[in-house]
Amino acid sequence: MVKRIFNLVRDWVDDRTGLPKVIGETARHLVPHDAKWWYVFGSATLCAFMIQVISGIALAFAYIPSASEAYSTLHFISDEAPFGHFLRGLHYYGASAMVLMVGLHMAQVFLFGSYKFPRELNWATGVLLLGFTLLMGFTGQLLRWDQNAVWSVVVAAEQIARVPFIGKLLAHFTLGGDTVGGATLTRFFAIHVFIMPAFIFAFVGLHLWLVLRHGVSEPPKPGHPVDPKTYRREYQELLKKTGRPFWPDAAWRDVVFCVGMIIVIAVLAWFFGAPQLGKPPDPSIIAASPRPDWYLLWYFGVLALLPHGTEKYFMVFGPVLAGIILLGLPFISNRGERSPRRRPWAVAAVLITVVMMATLWVAGAKSPWSPNFNAQPLTPSIVGATNGPVFIGAQLFHDKGCLNCHLVADNGGRRGPDLTEVADRLSKNQMILKIANGGVNMPAYAANLTPAEMDALLAFLQSRKVQRP
Amino acid sequence: MKEPNPENASIGPSSSPAELSRRKFLARLSLASGGIGALILAVPAVGFVLAPFFERKQEIWRSVGKVESFKIGETTAVKYEDASPLPWAGVTARSAAWLRRVDAGTFIAFSINCTHLGCPVRWLAKAGLFMCPCHGGVYYQDGTAAAGPPPSPLPRYQVRVKNGDVQILTSPIPISKK
Repeated sequence: MVKRIFNLVRDWVDDRTGLPKVIGETARHLVPHDAKWWYVFGSATLCAFMIQVISGIALAFAYIPSASEAYSTLHFISDEAPFGHFLRGLHYYGASAMVLMVGLHMAQVFLFGSYKFPRELNWATGVLLLGFTLLMGFTGQLLRWDQNAVWSVVVAAEQIARVPFIGKLLAHFTLGGDTVGGATLTRFFAIHVFIMPAFIFAFVGLHLWLVLRHGVSEPPKPGHPVDPKTYRREYQELLKKTGRPFWPDAAWRDVVFCVGMIIVIAVLAWFFGAPQLGKPPDPSIIAASPRPDWYLLWYFGVLALLPHGTEKYFMVFGPVLAGIILLGLPFISNRGERSPRRRPWAVAAVLITVVMMATLWVAGAKSPWSPNFNAQPLTPSIVGATNGPVFIGAQLFHDKGCLNCHLVADNGGRRGPDLTEVADRLSKNQMILKIANGGVNMPAYAANLTPAEMDALLAFLQSRKVQRP
Repeated sequence: MKEPNPENASIGPSSSPAELSRRKFLARLSLASGGIGALILAVPAVGFVLAPFFERKQEIWRSVGKVESFKIGETTAVKYEDASPLPWAGVTARSAAWLRRVDAGTFIAFSINCTHLGCPVRWLAKAGLFMCPCHGGVYYQDGTAAAGPPPSPLPRYQVRVKNGDVQILTSPIPISKK
């Protein structure tokens, strides 16, 4: 009886809308039988996006995108609202998962040569979606409207200002005026909540349509190059012979992987939560050390490690060049071998990119180039004196900011060389030259030290040598 | 009543020149009307969004303290409100500057924004240096670049003494100074 009613309803809906038939046919479209676990990252990215949509909508019920109130609503969400802490965590780790999955998906597609004929536009729309994802990540970080967010907007505006001709206008637009203020947050809210999601929905739709149109690429085999003249026919023959319906033969892996990802995100959200809010978004609080979220730390590292003076070219041309290379890739190479075994340069490109980004990420996380403003005066046990020139020199080493950038017995900053044993490698005259004249990353102290202070500082530095028994 | 056959709705070889011309006209009418409708909606929406491109806020003098509250030779952080903050700006309407009293009647106001990427530089009084927390840029007490990536000196804001008050002219974040 129940089944009969169900069938009647289904037939009626099918007749009036035609949707069940379309959805059924779409779900059961044939995919290569050996497209297995390597193929789950695309759907995982979409799954992460849906987590963002759901958690984002929920958060929007309490978040007030006003420069004066966003901070307090974030505190309310984090500390008082039921599940608020968890939802913020979901949104944060969901964003992280989305960035991670889109990266993995892209690497897999590149390594499998799936961007080649006839899937050039699948790749191009994917590249745009990567850009949208990163933009969502950055604008989302700004909606966490604390001190870090405010300064991140300023840093972003500074970078955008480097664009030739229209840079100043763009920076002005980014800030929503001359300074960070009432108009700044609302525009990032509109971009994050309306504009970018609309683009993502549209391009995900187009991306999926292209996947259906051209089919899921078969795992590559060495010696089976793509020939645009024969590829479509061969692919259709392959599907006819060994293809499997996407639902459920292939879809179950996507579902299992997505659910696994959701569980991991939920566990992280529950136990660790979203990043703590920083100080209030008051641009007049000068004690700030703005840092991007983890997925842009590598870029933070790049800007620190580039040779001085070249940053402005990198900031403008780097993203443009990366965009051109990524978008142009399938149009430069849309035929030939797909197997990574026959494309060592493709494997090398992925490995180099991963190693480079990981290295820059670690550097960005440690940020040794940033002075340590929390460096405490060296203890007598490290100094080895409680009075006299060595002791005074150690005090000056702290007071003059040397300790902000130099390590002594694991205390201080890491911007400059470790001076724990400096007397073993520099003579007194070399020290004087260095202190007085400075260097690329060190200010000249000639005008900042009296002769007596210089003598005391030298006494301290000359006492920094290997302790031999 | 005879239902129209959708098969005949498309422009086919059987369509007469008069029909073609009518269809062309209707197509163009639809496109033109759609364009006008889109313009009516887009112009105010885009204009509203892009307004900050063309707005220039007024600059006004803000008092940051009495002259005698600043010691000669010292550099102090001063806070003031932007020129015309929006009512809902809250604490984001605040700005800051580093104010150096050079002698009895001379003050210099430095931007707090590093010329590298705009991070807020800190003043190390005993060292006589400004230091940036982001990428380690350093400036001397007169604002000139001393070390690290900053491409230019710390920008200065206009400062004056009026009726015993030290006043700073509110200015945009000095993004355009590089």
